[in-house]
Amino acid sequence: MTEMALELKNVGKSFGNVIALAEVSVKVRKAQVTCILGDNGAGKSTLIKTLSGVHKPSSGVYEVEGEEVSFDSPRDALAKGIATVYQDLATIPLMSVWRNFFLGNEITTGWGPLRRLDTKKMKDLAKVQLLEMGIDLRDTGQPIGTLSGGERQAVAIARAIYFGAKVLILDEPTSALGVRQSGIVLKYVLAAKDRGVSVVFITHNPHHAFLVGDFFYLLNRGHLANEFERAKVDLDELTKEMAGGAELDALTREIQMVRTD
Amino acid sequence: MATQIKDERVAQTSLATKLLQRPELGALIGAAVIFFLFWSVDTTGNFAAVGGTAGWTDIAAPIGIIAVFVALLMIGGEFDLSTGVMVGTSGLLAGLLTTEYNLNVWVAIPIVFAFAALVGFINGFVVVKTGLPSFIVTLATFFVLRGANLAVTKELTGTVRVANVEDAAGFDGAHAIFASKLMIGTSNFQISILWWILATILATWLLTRTQFGNWIFAAGGDKTAARNAGVPVDRTKIILFMMSSLSAAFVGIMFVLRLQGMQAGQGVGMEFFYIIAAAVGGTLLMGGAGSAIGASIGAAIMGIADIGIPYALWDQDWRWTFIGVILLAAVLTNTFIGNRAKGARR
Repeated sequence: MTEMALELKNVGKSFGNVIALAEVSVKVRKAQVTCILGDNGAGKSTLIKTLSGVHKPSSGVYEVEGEEVSFDSPRDALAKGIATVYQDLATIPLMSVWRNFFLGNEITTGWGPLRRLDTKKMKDLAKVQLLEMGIDLRDTGQPIGTLSGGERQAVAIARAIYFGAKVLILDEPTSALGVRQSGIVLKYVLAAKDRGVSVVFITHNPHHAFLVGDFFYLLNRGHLANEFERAKVDLDELTKEMAGGAELDALTREIQMVRTD
Repeated sequence: MATQIKDERVAQTSLATKLLQRPELGALIGAAVIFFLFWSVDTTGNFAAVGGTAGWTDIAAPIGIIAVFVALLMIGGEFDLSTGVMVGTSGLLAGLLTTEYNLNVWVAIPIVFAFAALVGFINGFVVVKTGLPSFIVTLATFFVLRGANLAVTKELTGTVRVANVEDAAGFDGAHAIFASKLMIGTSNFQISILWWILATILATWLLTRTQFGNWIFAAGGDKTAARNAGVPVDRTKIILFMMSSLSAAFVGIMFVLRLQGMQAGQGVGMEFFYIIAAAVGGTLLMGGAGSAIGASIGAAIMGIADIGIPYALWDQDWRWTFIGVILLAAVLTNTFIGNRAKGARR
């Protein structure tokens, strides 16, 4: 059973008497895009933070490639090849693209007090790596804040993959972006999958999820509400389920009663 | 063809932006303008000559040595208001250890540095562990040390001054290294200028060419993003606080050897000069950008004003006003540049 990159088995997480997640089981298959969908407050962020090592589950089992793990920090998760790209906290605007790309993993040269950054090598490598992901930058020395939101997310994704991420957790990568920019990011999600990376894509947008996802998990109020495989679901069904299914029907009727015109 | 033309235009804009993004460029132009301004109003004919140069570099050097490390700390997103008083504390400590406890100067100096490192560590540790603004934490340190400087000096010497440091063992050697003069032309240049240049080179090297420097920019730019990328933000900040405190101790030792003693009130109020030098030199007040060379140029501007104003036969007190105007002008320019770099094509 090593086709699973990550697996949560009946995982629960509570903060004091607040139950954020209850009995959630999620399988993240290798080299597939697994989408986690849910409305605000559904428990998406708790789930990401559990996967990325920020939180420890209160109950249940977290497995990486079939082995049970217990992460103390995101660094531990990173060491296992699980990288998380946060929506807005992925890059540092005033730092150049190459400095951002290598932040925390700087390449140095020289020895002792003369140990220094290998600036040229990092600039060249950043350019090549970004180009391989289809991001063509004129100058990796420009501040990353001058790139568009989609391009910045793309750089963060390319960085995670270059530094050996086997699992890439994307926290609402498209939520703050326009249609075109979202398209750019979704393209890189598929590029990552093509390189054999398992992607966990957290979103509240079923349209974006349906464009790239292979498996879909719906969260609602801390519970797993439903799960689908791509072949067995269509966009309408996903959207309806995501919006709450029966709840939405009831809401539609109520609104129609109010709207008398 | 059309796209090629368009591309070229984009490249031109980015070149202009790139120039603007050099944080020290504004300061350098400012320094040149101020230099020529004071040259033109100089009444002694000495300002731009060797004598005037020896004068303003002597004022600028001790400010610059601390300002470059204060700049690194500010780029890392924190302030240190205790640097000025730390100059006094370190000089007094060195003076008291050699005169009251008869220690060799070469024994006293490492003790002073260890003490300064400890103060810097405490500043940094409290800031990163409590999340309190460093402005408040180091303001507290400032007042604690200010009181201790006076009280301890009075307790041990019966006066508000430590004197006769020149009688201590090892004084001559230490004086030669930290406080001697070099005769160039007809004027004496202080050796502190050499230390100032070395401090600027060291800080610039650290900031732009090392992994630690990358972490300084990251810690000040966005500490959550930096942590997510695996940067040890807390450690970086604590080291920065220790470096600003150590640079103040270095200047304190320089002063106590040069003056052969020290007043208990020495250095108080100087902390603002270091912060102003860093700000004038292009360091963003919210952190994340700046340069050590810029802070050095900021210190030079202060030295030039300090010598230029009396040479022009203006009232010396105008220098405060002058520095205030320079500060505001520089920070307005920097904010404009910061916005350009940050949000140009969001």
